[in-house]
Amino acid sequence: MKKILLQLVVAASVANVSAATARDSISIVGSSTVYPFATVVAERFGKSSNFSSPKVESTGSGGGLKLFCKGLGVATPDITNASRRIKKSEYDQCQANGVTDIVEVLIGYDGIVLANAKGAEPMQLSRKDIYLALAKLVPGADGKLIPNPHKTWQDVNPDLPATKIEVLGPPPTSGTRDAFAELALEGGAKKIDDIKTLRELKADQVDEIEKMVAKLGIEPAWAAAVEKKGAKATGKDVVKIIGRSVREDGAYIEAGENDNLIVNKLKANPNALGIFGFSFLDQNADSVQGSTIDGNAPTFEAIASGDYVVSRPLYFYVKKAHIGTVPGIEEFLTTFVNADTIGEDGYLIDKGLIPLGEEAYETMSSSAIALSSLEM
Amino acid sequence: MTEQITEATPMKDTTRSLREARLKKRHAAEKRFQWYGRLSIAFGIACVLFLFYDIISKGHGAFFQTYINMEIEFDGEKLGLTPDSSEEEIRAASFNSFFKKTLREKYPAAETRREKSQLYAVFTSDMPLILRDMVIADPSIIGTKQTVSMIADDDTDVYVKHALGTDSDISRMGDFQRSIVDDLHQRGMIEKKFNAIFFSNSDSREPELAGIRGAITGSFLTLMVTLLMSFPIAVATAIYLEEFAPTNKFTDFIEVNINNLAAVPSVIFGLLGLAVFINFFGMPRSVPMVGGFVLTLMTLPTIIISSRASIKAVPPSIREAAMGMGASKVQTVIHHVLPLAMPGMLTGTIIGMAQALGETAPLLMIGMVAFIVDVPGSVTDPATVLPVQIFLWSDSPERAFVEKTSAAIMVLLTFLIIMNSTAVWLRKRLERRW
Repeated sequence: MKKILLQLVVAASVANVSAATARDSISIVGSSTVYPFATVVAERFGKSSNFSSPKVESTGSGGGLKLFCKGLGVATPDITNASRRIKKSEYDQCQANGVTDIVEVLIGYDGIVLANAKGAEPMQLSRKDIYLALAKLVPGADGKLIPNPHKTWQDVNPDLPATKIEVLGPPPTSGTRDAFAELALEGGAKKIDDIKTLRELKADQVDEIEKMVAKLGIEPAWAAAVEKKGAKATGKDVVKIIGRSVREDGAYIEAGENDNLIVNKLKANPNALGIFGFSFLDQNADSVQGSTIDGNAPTFEAIASGDYVVSRPLYFYVKKAHIGTVPGIEEFLTTFVNADTIGEDGYLIDKGLIPLGEEAYETMSSSAIALSSLEM
Repeated sequence: MTEQITEATPMKDTTRSLREARLKKRHAAEKRFQWYGRLSIAFGIACVLFLFYDIISKGHGAFFQTYINMEIEFDGEKLGLTPDSSEEEIRAASFNSFFKKTLREKYPAAETRREKSQLYAVFTSDMPLILRDMVIADPSIIGTKQTVSMIADDDTDVYVKHALGTDSDISRMGDFQRSIVDDLHQRGMIEKKFNAIFFSNSDSREPELAGIRGAITGSFLTLMVTLLMSFPIAVATAIYLEEFAPTNKFTDFIEVNINNLAAVPSVIFGLLGLAVFINFFGMPRSVPMVGGFVLTLMTLPTIIISSRASIKAVPPSIREAAMGMGASKVQTVIHHVLPLAMPGMLTGTIIGMAQALGETAPLLMIGMVAFIVDVPGSVTDPATVLPVQIFLWSDSPERAFVEKTSAAIMVLLTFLIIMNSTAVWLRKRLERRW
């Protein structure tokens, strides 16, 4: 008898769910980098308004956009965060699934730092140094790209200390890793003359590309680019593949997505460098120090002005069709773009977000409040 | 035969010495073997002690929170309120500027913008809201002076706990903020109290306001669903397989599968849950009900296996006696076998539940790893669970979350120890031997 009752209860609760078609709290997914900022806004929004606090999931930028673009309706999220801009392919996916009107909001920037323990010698690196130290393939004596032979920082650049190259960073699934590979590694690869030349070759200059590829000895990368893009493959695509591959011989250590863990490991190993977001450097400024990159230290001001080059934009995207269906989306958007939140003195700035410039902020906030749809 | 023995007599001494040597060797081997065992146990205990030491030394601080006792005058004029103001009027009043003004009056030294913002940052950012709630609860305090126990900001808290009176620059506070905290300390206004917030609040991005109530409620709801689903199904399966099912290839196949399932990594059940419950049946993400279903899949094999073992342990004589008295097969099982097997089944269930309580991986897949401020009220509200809360906090940049993480681990371990010792106690207490 009791068991039958239990089964009834379970059946009833199942039925209850299928009946629950409405949702009264905003559902947010997306980037783990934006997560610490979005959650603060969500919490304050819940406390200061009559709406319930939005639910924020950390799924990664790509995972978030995938869920976001799945379609309309309460089962899909209303907002997704991203630590990069939406890609054309993702935008098309959205359109195909009926998510036609998307509002794009740029909230600010995040710097990626290469840091070591305080007390160790501060490093002064260039993007080229980073490329030569961490890329899978680097130019050898004859100009051909060879598997990275560099063991110490001094091998890379005689001005650097003779310590072993040991860098702790996030795994390939991480947006931080993507951005680091793109901005620091590929940015450094571009400083090598031959790679720079190759990068400027267009799809119709196949002969020149092939000549350059042969000179650099990177036929497999060219084949991969052709396989991916077909006749449209350019020199840039090849450089993307070469520039963004990280060496796998132990010099780059995948330390998981947990940035706190990397900070702790740096404290234990003064020779190691770690890669993580600026907010973690800011919070742990007593125990770790950021390396300068191309002559600029990772400070708040340098990232905001763009002088510190390894930084990326942070976005969130709103599904316009859900405004009016799920209560509070428009109000949440307004709260987020308010100057108290992401302006020069906003509370997210205290949490480590790098603000937009004044002009950029004005343009962004007015277009966000007007709910202008994104065109791509 | 006798000849042989007499022949062997002269060799006796050698045989004895050989035998004794061998015996000694065997004793030594036994001793060694025992020592290996002892060493492994010692190693295990050392690991556990180290874990406990690490967690407790990091986490004990989280059970205390720094408060600042300050006298605040609820000036009716500044607030634009009278003791007779209605709740709407109080809600509309600007407690934010009132609070900032009060602080500036107490510390006129704060002149520049930077200094002012450092002054406000000594206290939690929710302070104006807390003052407002005080006034709503008792409007008669308007126009009076009250000593308010104000919650310190996480940076202040870390500083007071670890760096007060030392030169260490552990906190990220500015010099001015530091001088204010030092001054408050000298005037004896800083007090460390038991951190009730940790148990009464849900997740928050402000470490001083973050608590585990939401996560504990989520865990409770999820486990309830798991228990309601898995216990009846597992017991029914176990009884049928043990008592009624014919032994043939098909039941063998089922048995092999159940044992296999018990060894499947839990994250796979999460993927299954995502595909079946969320994508196919269209259930919402991040809710305890789906979490409970997924954990049911995970705990079912554990409970089935232990239930079958305890049914098997009931001696056949009891079944035969019942049958002999004219009971039907069902009556035999329900009246005699089941009650006798129940302690074993319950033990298995509790252990299964303890496993489910500590599980994170499958919940990642179904969206229960989320920032949720509101305490879930039903199994269909978005929720998170205790281990997930630990995971989320461990990845937060704010330093004050380090101790919160360890404190939450301590709470989780407490629950696990209670559940597992209940299982042991039940087994000792109720188990019958035949």
